[in-house]
Amino acid sequence: MSAEPSVASSSTPATQHKKTTRGGTRHFTEGGPVKKDGIQQAKTEGKELTKEEKQRLRKEKKQQKKSKEKKDEKASQESEKEKKPVSSASPASQPPTQPITPKAPSAVPTLVPVPASETPAPADKPAKSKAEMKAERRARQEAERASKQGKKGEVGQQAAPGKPKAPPSELQPVVKRLPEHVQVDNPEVLKKLAKKLERQQIPLRSDYGYKVSLFSHLHQYSRKAPLTQQLSIPSTVIHPAIVRLGLQYSQGIVAGSNARSVALLHAFKQVIRDYTTPPNEELSRDLPNQFNFLNQCRPLSASMGNAIKYIKKEISNIPSQCKEEEAKSKLLNCIDRYIDEKINLAAKAIAKSSIEKISDGDVILVYGCSSLVNHILCEAFEKNRKFRVIVVDSRPRLEGREALRRLVQRGISCTYVLISAVSYILPEVSKVFLGAHALLANGYVMSRVGTSQIALVAKAFNVPVLVCCETYKFCERVQTDSFVSNELDDPDDLIVTRKGKTQLEHWQEVPSLGLLNLVYDVTPPDFVDLVITDLGMIPCTSVPVVLRVKNVDQ
Amino acid sequence: MPGPDKETDLTERIEAFLSDLKRGGSGTGPLRGSAETARETTALLRRITAQARWSSAGDLMEIIRKEGRRMTAAQPSETTVGNMIRRVLKIIREEYARSRGSSEETDQQESLHKLLTSGGLSEENFRQHFAALKANVIEAINELLTELEGTTDNIAMQALEHIHSNEVIMTIGRSRTVESFLKDAARKRKFHVIVAECAPFCQGHKMATSLSEAGIETTVIADAAIFAVMSRVNKVIIGTQTVLANGGLRAVNGTHTLALAAKHHSTPLIVCAPMFKLSPQVRRLTNEPDFYNFCEILSKVNVHCPVFDYVPPELITLFISNIGGHAPSYIYRLMSELYHPEDHEL
Repeated sequence: MSAEPSVASSSTPATQHKKTTRGGTRHFTEGGPVKKDGIQQAKTEGKELTKEEKQRLRKEKKQQKKSKEKKDEKASQESEKEKKPVSSASPASQPPTQPITPKAPSAVPTLVPVPASETPAPADKPAKSKAEMKAERRARQEAERASKQGKKGEVGQQAAPGKPKAPPSELQPVVKRLPEHVQVDNPEVLKKLAKKLERQQIPLRSDYGYKVSLFSHLHQYSRKAPLTQQLSIPSTVIHPAIVRLGLQYSQGIVAGSNARSVALLHAFKQVIRDYTTPPNEELSRDLPNQFNFLNQCRPLSASMGNAIKYIKKEISNIPSQCKEEEAKSKLLNCIDRYIDEKINLAAKAIAKSSIEKISDGDVILVYGCSSLVNHILCEAFEKNRKFRVIVVDSRPRLEGREALRRLVQRGISCTYVLISAVSYILPEVSKVFLGAHALLANGYVMSRVGTSQIALVAKAFNVPVLVCCETYKFCERVQTDSFVSNELDDPDDLIVTRKGKTQLEHWQEVPSLGLLNLVYDVTPPDFVDLVITDLGMIPCTSVPVVLRVKNVDQ
Repeated sequence: MPGPDKETDLTERIEAFLSDLKRGGSGTGPLRGSAETARETTALLRRITAQARWSSAGDLMEIIRKEGRRMTAAQPSETTVGNMIRRVLKIIREEYARSRGSSEETDQQESLHKLLTSGGLSEENFRQHFAALKANVIEAINELLTELEGTTDNIAMQALEHIHSNEVIMTIGRSRTVESFLKDAARKRKFHVIVAECAPFCQGHKMATSLSEAGIETTVIADAAIFAVMSRVNKVIIGTQTVLANGGLRAVNGTHTLALAAKHHSTPLIVCAPMFKLSPQVRRLTNEPDFYNFCEILSKVNVHCPVFDYVPPELITLFISNIGGHAPSYIYRLMSELYHPEDHEL
């Protein structure tokens, strides 16, 4: 409670709340006017309204509006359940700060129907009222916490005491806010997003083509319509380096999770260098705009999400007395260090451990173009290991050709096949090395589509499968199939001309024909034998342990 | 004079057929379905029976075997040619046996007792001359031809027994049998089909356009997404190039991966294969490589592009053929009814 700089009337803990209320035990039915009284009191006392109080005022106004709308809402449990997923601000997933604050006010109004539906039930009034009060209090606490965390980041608020607060901060909040890009079939979410982007002057990218019904909850964009065409000139909100980066992402010029993360961090260094803090504002205010723009160009990857969280944390860690130049140079150093430690040094460490696993005479199978796996193979070749490589490639991206080029340039003897020939070539293979886009908390490996297929066939032929992944790609999400959260690429990529005929040229005109171009898939942990990370060689199921260790360190 | 003309005409036709086979395999000629090849082979064999000079069944079998060897050598991967030849040889044996008056069953059964007491069927040298043999054989071959013409329809007729509504069916590449199977079911039921495109030739695209024109909800996916999508699939229905003697398949590239993914998700794998695709061969370990367009062929790179995959019988749930549905473990029995063991090696 001491952490809150606000006036007594807006404090959240239970005891103080009771004190400010008038009208005894049934205060929550008149919650609106009572709270207003508190603030009116503050106003009349001549104190300036703090940010928290302004927010409260806004919340109450919305509350009253919604209580009028939602008076006939049913079970109180329903609204309680609703408020939980909406109000928690999870540090784990990658949401930008801005959407949290608009969500918090909507959390509180759902409580009002609780007391409203209370009044008709006569018998267990006292018993229920206590539970309702507690629930309301908890919700308010969480809302306040959410709004605070949205401004200041996680550091500093973990000191916030109070029994109801302590348990949630030890275990991560159970249900996280669902990211927008997997709720495309929900029109409310889309409307909210459109409004938000309009406020930030970021154009909204529209979906393209017929979407397969199984994936109607995901976006499907066309590469021919990049977002930058809809940007107004000059665009003062988005830094030009970010615009360029967004274009590179959406056109596929910068692809691969490491490359995208490094490009993102370099672009942010540029943004930080060029940033001049306007009076009474913070850098973290403008960051969400940039992230939203990038998200529109191409959904952020797990590694980028972790990098962004790191940047935000570092920004919030800067003491406010720090001069601008000093703060900037500190940030730039932090970012450089992050790239060095998490990407470059990690690659070296992983290469060192992997080389132990490569013996002379090995036939190694790799899939697509993973920068880490290519690095490992080149290092092993430098150390004079004798092996040959089979590069497996798949349509429509054909990234394996890039990997092939890089390996052949080094002098490694390679074979090239398409993924449909994997079961033909696998009897010759002794090991399979795969890269990963992210490692999920339930042990599943999220990687380029086709990876799970290769792991499946390798398992059928009893060939060991090794996944190489840096720890900064570990992610707290869980997922069991490739449908709930994925990326749909441009469907026109599947069109091809063979023997002079393009079969699918006019696919849009045929109503019952759809093209599906998935980008990622998840590999179950029983197909993977070993994960090689910079922390060592671990089994797939130890990912949540590593995450816990990392969180404790931080 | 009719004799020599007939013969030259016959040899011309055989040569034309052989060159067609060769061209079809190298990809320069028109691509034919195996049903067409089977029909043409059988028609050609009927012509040989009618026009060639032979006096006894043994002669005819010799001629057919000789031509058959040439035909199979022209295009080894086209197994229907060999299958038809073996069918016709079996027909000749049957007709001969019937003409001789002995019942067919006792001759064919290879009981242990028979093997030990008699010297097997080697005594039979097919030297007897029967006047009606030619007519009988030609009639039997005509029956075979009618059977061949009806195979696709017979298989398609069984579609409604296997497809229920709101199913998601997966298939790979292009198979005319599966196409007509699905189109027949679509007349009465609504379901969704996912087609794996089967790179590098992407025959799946043609299959998808043809199915969607019949009003079936179709989705095309890349080969790499087969496992990703498999969890939502209810059935996998595929065609094949050949059905091997042990119940395994020689099917288009990528089918083994599809079968493994289906096994992992316990999705039934149904193979629609007419009986003329059944071959007494067993798995050969070499795959015929095919040409492959690669934009920059680096001299240090080996490129493999196998055309066919071997699918072991454990991964297959059901075979649907023109005579009904069978389990893979029953295939060997069907094969013994279609071909005579001595004809397995032409």
